[in-house]
Amino acid sequence: MDVPVDGVTLTVNGQSVTVPRGTVLIEAVQAAGVTLPTLCYHEGLAPYGACRLCMVMITEPRRALVASCAHPVAEGLVVETDDPEAVAARRLALEFLLSRCPQSDVIRELATGEGVTASRFGGPPPEQANELCMLCGLCVRVCREVIGAAAISFVGRGADRRVSTPFDVQSDACIGCGACAEICPTGAIQIEDRGDKRILHTWHTTVQLDACPECGRFFAPEPMAFIKEEMPEVADLWSLCPDCRRLRTARQWVAQTPVASA
Amino acid sequence: MSVRTRSDLETLWAEGLASLYPSKLRISVGMATCGLATGAADVYDALQAEAAARGLEIMLVATGCLGYCQQEPLVDVRVPGRGRVLYARVTPDHARDLISRIKAPSEWRHQNGDIRALAAGELPADGALAVIQENETYEISEASKVLPGVPFLNELPFYARQQKIILRNSGLLDPTSVEEYVARGGYQALARTLTDLTAQAVVDEVVRSGLRGRGGGGFPTGRKWQVCRDAPGEPKTIICNGDEGDPGAYMDRTVLESDPYSIVEGMTIGGYAIGAHEGYIYVRDEYPLAVERVTHAVARAGELGLLGKDILGSGFDFTIKVVRGAGAFVCGEETSLIASIEGGLGEPRPKPPYPAERGLWGQPTVINNVKTWASVSAILARGADWYANIGVENADAAPSEWRHPNAGTVVFSLVGKVANTGLVEVPLGLTLHDMIEGIGGGGLDGRAVKAVQTGGPSGGCLPARLFHLPIDYETLTQAGSIMGSGGMVVMDEDTCMVDVARYFLNFTMAESCGKCTPCREGTRYMVQILTRIVEGEGTLEDLVLLEEVATWVKAASLCGLGQTAPNPVLSTLRYFRDEYEAHVVDKRCPAGVCRALIRLAIQPDLCNGCGLCLRECPVGAISGEKKSPHVIDQELCTRCRLCYDVCPVGAVEIVR
Repeated sequence: MDVPVDGVTLTVNGQSVTVPRGTVLIEAVQAAGVTLPTLCYHEGLAPYGACRLCMVMITEPRRALVASCAHPVAEGLVVETDDPEAVAARRLALEFLLSRCPQSDVIRELATGEGVTASRFGGPPPEQANELCMLCGLCVRVCREVIGAAAISFVGRGADRRVSTPFDVQSDACIGCGACAEICPTGAIQIEDRGDKRILHTWHTTVQLDACPECGRFFAPEPMAFIKEEMPEVADLWSLCPDCRRLRTARQWVAQTPVASA
Repeated sequence: MSVRTRSDLETLWAEGLASLYPSKLRISVGMATCGLATGAADVYDALQAEAAARGLEIMLVATGCLGYCQQEPLVDVRVPGRGRVLYARVTPDHARDLISRIKAPSEWRHQNGDIRALAAGELPADGALAVIQENETYEISEASKVLPGVPFLNELPFYARQQKIILRNSGLLDPTSVEEYVARGGYQALARTLTDLTAQAVVDEVVRSGLRGRGGGGFPTGRKWQVCRDAPGEPKTIICNGDEGDPGAYMDRTVLESDPYSIVEGMTIGGYAIGAHEGYIYVRDEYPLAVERVTHAVARAGELGLLGKDILGSGFDFTIKVVRGAGAFVCGEETSLIASIEGGLGEPRPKPPYPAERGLWGQPTVINNVKTWASVSAILARGADWYANIGVENADAAPSEWRHPNAGTVVFSLVGKVANTGLVEVPLGLTLHDMIEGIGGGGLDGRAVKAVQTGGPSGGCLPARLFHLPIDYETLTQAGSIMGSGGMVVMDEDTCMVDVARYFLNFTMAESCGKCTPCREGTRYMVQILTRIVEGEGTLEDLVLLEEVATWVKAASLCGLGQTAPNPVLSTLRYFRDEYEAHVVDKRCPAGVCRALIRLAIQPDLCNGCGLCLRECPVGAISGEKKSPHVIDQELCTRCRLCYDVCPVGAVEIVR
């Protein structure tokens, strides 16, 4: 970032907080010790503003209801998280998501936290009764922005929107890293390691796993082998599974560390 | 040739004049999409074939749309030195007849000493809609009165209150001819810009003109340009938003089809003003003719050096690319459109930062609507003061707290239950009454108008008692609607406002990209509630829930689509709550539209037993003997209203 990291001071619920310039409002809200519900926000990804759970009211300089995860901080902003309009907007968004994913513990907990225990909009259709995905897009964004694979994306529009691979078939772009499942806030992505294969059920994709040369455990997706080629100086270390890698590093470290004389 | 100087432009100008005002008959056929849809291509072929068969020397031209779409196909016959007669609803037979009755001009001069008027019979008066006055600059309008009894175009109620700036050339020139565009004053603005004005002076001029974004948002155009001009980052970009997707609205399409050079010129001026060297015209691919015309205009301007390197010898470089949209309504939203040009998903992103600071490829970008660009070229030609003084005279009609600078003209597609339909351009501040009763000629078949919906599917419905309000950005917003990009749908007593709200919400639900929760889920639930109500299963609690959902979808959605989608619901709840209550409390549809709440019955004293309804009924619900009253079986009847439509004696009644 070419933005100078100097401070911006703003007021959250009457409390003055200073945060680095270039961050988003939710950082300032959290710095003030206030917890807002959010599902689509991640500090490692670009602002997205999709789930609309973190709505807050800016009262100065101009009254505006904004998603705090996507609104840039500015000097002198006055923010109220408990403004009735902000609370109503958050509650309705949670009520919507509760109707969409009634089986999600995460969403139920967030809803309860905002005082929403039931939805007036009924439940999902039977074929989506166990839906856990609420379309926050974290998986799509981490795959594109961080991993650089862009193996999955949104398909369909409006109520038909969902995440998938192109044409719902095995993806050549997926490297099987599992970052999508790692980042998913509601546990909607099913990944299973079975023998020498990693099956990404949600993405209709199976990748081959390489075995650890030391312990023989299958652990590394074959499409990720390029990482070893990009860093030849640590290639042999990287071919080990995390456990064996830790073991070897520890041994090397112990071997190199002079033993303190008694 | 290459246009390098003002004298080169004069050469084009002379060629254009010779083409616009030739010494032989010039017959123009309106061949924008509206004309083509009514058979203008056949009319064109018939004119060509008949003239060839008769040896009549004519110059046949395919022009754009004159706006009076209801009267298409429109054919305009210009007699050298005498004026132009506009014929309406021309069929190929009419066209052949017309040619057969036109005498060669050589014969006329000998017969008629008076050059101000045609002698009777020289041009047929039957089928003539109006006489078009030639542009005052080029011909004396006195001499234009050619047919006694046929009014001037500007005397027709449909045209009387109109003022054409954006549509200044639409239907009056060959959209493929840059020469004709120049002859009608085109490229004077660019010549002035590049030779007489600094870039900052251009921005200042647009600021002073008071022009606001004609895509619907109404953001001051000059201020947007200033932000972009001052924003750091290279390269800057100009974008023309031609992704018009409102059902029943076709303003941008018409400008793109009928006068593409006005957009190309406007964008070039914009590029100079903000320091951009590249522009994009984003047109939806469902507009094939618009894509073709604008692509041609860009290529031709490039050939002549009006786009490209060192335009008019000024050292300024500017090129334009045409990008076709793939048919997503949300891509009319500026950040979605930019994502689409970049090859990404057509989805909005949060603002700020606005495109003027971070737009295409993350660099400062000015994105304006088709009509805004067409206005820019007019403003720079005639000056900011001229423009700023248009359209403010009715501003006092709005309550004082709603008043705001509103200058210039806006284009509406006036459709629905109104006598005159078509594309109209009016000064801002004209009242809804003048628009609907004056230009529109009132309700269809003399019926009373109940409401008007402005601004397309995201607009609101305003009741007739508010028709004294002026049409401007703030007044419409305060009243619960929006200016939008220019749809105007007129409704009468046979329109059910609940059904209308459901229709538009169905559209926005289908077009929601689904990115943000309120719009994706909220439009769906609003449609569910509205469906319950029109099916007679709604409750008073549903009305409360509907209003709550609409309020928060409007407040909390990510982009303009979701923020405006609830407008049809909120405005109908505000002005037509009685209709909602009739649906949920009395289980009655006052307009007689909602199938679950009406019943069709044959009145025995009126029915003459002709049997037409019995034959037409698709479900066999009607029975009866010849010449005796028929009856409808309510169990079988699907309330399709076909019997109501076909009954020659009006015996079928809609029981509400």
